[in-house]
Amino acid sequence: MENLKHRPVRTLLSSAAIGVQVCMILTLVGVSRGMLTDMANRTRGGGADIIIRAPGSAIIGFSTNFSANVLPVVQKMDHVDLATGVLVQPIGGIDSITGIDLDRFSAMSGGFRYLEGAPWTGTQEIVVDEVWAKTKKIKAGDTQNLLNTNWRVAGVVEAGKLSRVFAPLSLLQDLSANTGKLTAIYVKLDDKAHLEPVIAALKDRLTDYRIYSIDEFSSLFSVDNIPMLRQFISVIIGLGLLIGFLVVFLSMYTAVLERTREIGILKALGASPGFIVGILLRETALLALVGSAIGILFTYGTRLLITTLVPNMTQVIVPDWWPIATVIAIVGAMIGAVYPGLKAARQDAIEALSYD
Amino acid sequence: MTEAPIIEIRGLKKVYRAGEVDVQALRGIDLDVGRGEFLAIVGPSGSGKSTLFHILGGLTPPTSGTIHINGRDVMQMTEAGRTAMRRDSVGFVFQKYNLLPTLSAADNIEMARHISGKSGQAPDPWFQDVLKLLGLSDRLHHKPRALSGGEQQRVAIARAIVNHPAILLADEPTGNLDTENSNLVLGILRDLNDRLGQTILMITHNPEAAEYAHRIVRMRDGRIV
Repeated sequence: MENLKHRPVRTLLSSAAIGVQVCMILTLVGVSRGMLTDMANRTRGGGADIIIRAPGSAIIGFSTNFSANVLPVVQKMDHVDLATGVLVQPIGGIDSITGIDLDRFSAMSGGFRYLEGAPWTGTQEIVVDEVWAKTKKIKAGDTQNLLNTNWRVAGVVEAGKLSRVFAPLSLLQDLSANTGKLTAIYVKLDDKAHLEPVIAALKDRLTDYRIYSIDEFSSLFSVDNIPMLRQFISVIIGLGLLIGFLVVFLSMYTAVLERTREIGILKALGASPGFIVGILLRETALLALVGSAIGILFTYGTRLLITTLVPNMTQVIVPDWWPIATVIAIVGAMIGAVYPGLKAARQDAIEALSYD
Repeated sequence: MTEAPIIEIRGLKKVYRAGEVDVQALRGIDLDVGRGEFLAIVGPSGSGKSTLFHILGGLTPPTSGTIHINGRDVMQMTEAGRTAMRRDSVGFVFQKYNLLPTLSAADNIEMARHISGKSGQAPDPWFQDVLKLLGLSDRLHHKPRALSGGEQQRVAIARAIVNHPAILLADEPTGNLDTENSNLVLGILRDLNDRLGQTILMITHNPEAAEYAHRIVRMRDGRIV
């Protein structure tokens, strides 16, 4: 402890660097989980009980479309109170625009709550949610260019219902050359008690279509179901380990050189190599613990930064990952301390004592 | 019956490599040091006295000859054995004090107890008397940079004897001190020897300092003369 206090700048810099490593891991996990949770919540916010998607479609992403002729078939099924189709078109990055039948979608979801403006009445109009409006710094009455088309923002609505940007279904179908196509059908039942039989009947009728209850579909929004996300997180963890290793290696290597004479003194007092390595490892563990605490604090900063700069991205604080990130930091740091520790332990006591 | 010497050296030689050249630092030393003796080894630079100090302290192994310290054969010791000897049987006092700069005087002394596995034990009443003898009782919570040279050397002496070593090795203990502090430190060493029976082997090139010892041994060119 005294050694760490003796070099406060180096201790602070080393801890901060370890903190960056911890923050990087926690932010990535927090953003992944935040985005997935947000998507799941918005899916539930649509008010449907069942979702029907095209055969072969992935859990995340709405790239596969199917014929809108399926919609009347679904609507006529027993216990289906309301069925409404949507078309989803990606508009870059993680964003998409969702074509809806406004009346039917409102009937299913309980309707939008308008914070500004009103529902669309004419063509080439969209409704956006508050998060999108904040991200793009737009308000009702402004113009947005999406899919090479200028849209008038008719209204800004409260977030939480399915998507962030909504357009009239038929217009979006025509603009995106998907006339008569849907990406998904949302189904509301007259009584949720009929959920299982209706899903069974739909699967029987619509062979190969992906049919889920909304609860089941929402639960599929997890890291494991996003292609390559788990691997990406593993790569970031690996990078974190490497950063921790390099930071501590450099820090401890310098510390050992600076403290050559002190190591000689300890050896003269009868300290064994294990005792000397132990001192360095304890200092390293302390650095890693302080760094982890700094990294955890940093994640509140990154959350604030993300919320401010990219409001349509969501980062949650992930306390269940704090111990994992701390262990990763400690392991990386310990590996980094091994060579400097062994160098210190092997130092010749007489040379060390004569070191200035 | 005469008590066996605490240090018994016969035909001790040390050769070390300096670049391409073998340097014969010790060329056959014979020396006995009695238990409770205060011995001064004097000699010019290059006489081999520091090499002898390092071998006696277990900091480097001898090349040949026999050397027994407190009944143990140093020639047969492994590195771990020499480490244990430094921890249990030898206390060092250096010219440059060699206190750990980040620790207070008390913690410097405690470090020696910690290394020897005694840090959890109750304070030694004997050692409290030693601290009074050294005049350190009110300076223990200061870090070395806040202590004078004489005070630092007294802390170094306290650290060296806290574990009751069989031998106290002092290498030019007054080399960095003014006359007043030199006399104070030398007086303390003689007190430790007289009152506590501490065996002391002091290396010095200062004839006045050597006069504080019971016996003076002179070295030149790796031999006792």
